[in-house]
Amino acid sequence: MFIILNGKITKLPNGCITINDLVKRKKWNQGSLIVEYNNQLAKKDAWPSIILKENDRLEILKFVGGG
Amino acid sequence: MIDSLVIGGREISSRLFLGTGKFPSNRLIPEVVAASGVQVVTVALRRVDLDFEEENIAAYVPGDCILMPNTSGARNAEEAVRIARLAKAAGCGNWVKIEVITDNRYLLPDNYETIKATEILAAEGFTVLPYMSPDLMAAKRLAEAGAAAVMPLGAPIGSNRGLRTKEMIRILIEEISLPVIVDAGIGRPSEAAAAMEMGAAAVLVNTAIATASDPVAMARAFGRAVEAGRTAYLAGPGETRQYASASSPLTGFLRDE
Repeated sequence: MFIILNGKITKLPNGCITINDLVKRKKWNQGSLIVEYNNQLAKKDAWPSIILKENDRLEILKFVGGG
Repeated sequence: MIDSLVIGGREISSRLFLGTGKFPSNRLIPEVVAASGVQVVTVALRRVDLDFEEENIAAYVPGDCILMPNTSGARNAEEAVRIARLAKAAGCGNWVKIEVITDNRYLLPDNYETIKATEILAAEGFTVLPYMSPDLMAAKRLAEAGAAAVMPLGAPIGSNRGLRTKEMIRILIEEISLPVIVDAGIGRPSEAAAAMEMGAAAVLVNTAIATASDPVAMARAFGRAVEAGRTAYLAGPGETRQYASASSPLTGFLRDE
């Protein structure tokens, strides 16, 4: 299954069903991530219940230094 | 004398605002904040690099600071609004620096799109501080749109060229009732002091501190310069004049008449 992850068509790794699965699989620093799911902010406590579907748009964001 | 800067209902203790880009290490940021006394600190929102674990800038900003996300990367009002809403929803509070830029060479802001974004976000309850080209009519429109302050540039972002737009900023300070915060281009503490002496409410500095050989010492210097400039403004500088005006009495000289 393919989703659009940070603007790129990306194959979802096997066994990744929810946002939570994907975040864990990728070993991203969960505390600092901001996730936008189909143009809506997905709060962390909702990640385990959001089941990813074909062509879903997922943005994985964080705060960085900026002026 | 009480001299408080109030923006969005918050009393701001330091008239130096800090941008957090370009520091050689994020670990310097707490020291820079402590040395300069800054309270308002900007950050940006970006996609994570999916292949690397990266650190979270917000973890380096002391908890008593006001975190002000910018909308850098936005090319129009719609994108700026999206970034602002995401940052707020992510727990950043309701302050936002609007930055809408399509000009890649000088990074000059699009005042028109900035006004549109300001109107939308102010109506949603954001405390909106728009980065702008110093134009009086645009500043008036921003005020009408609900901006909490206006932030005209002194020179292009990151250029360290100082107050190239000084006269236009002077006019904004004179004509706009909102706080005028000089953002971008300030390269030296003396230039920050000059902006404050003119009556700027605050200055936002990033590159000049972050790229100094000793960012912590430079932050301290900027903090002092901003205080000095503000104090001088309140003290009311004397007139300038073309010709000399003797400081010592012009009578009682020790010479024969």
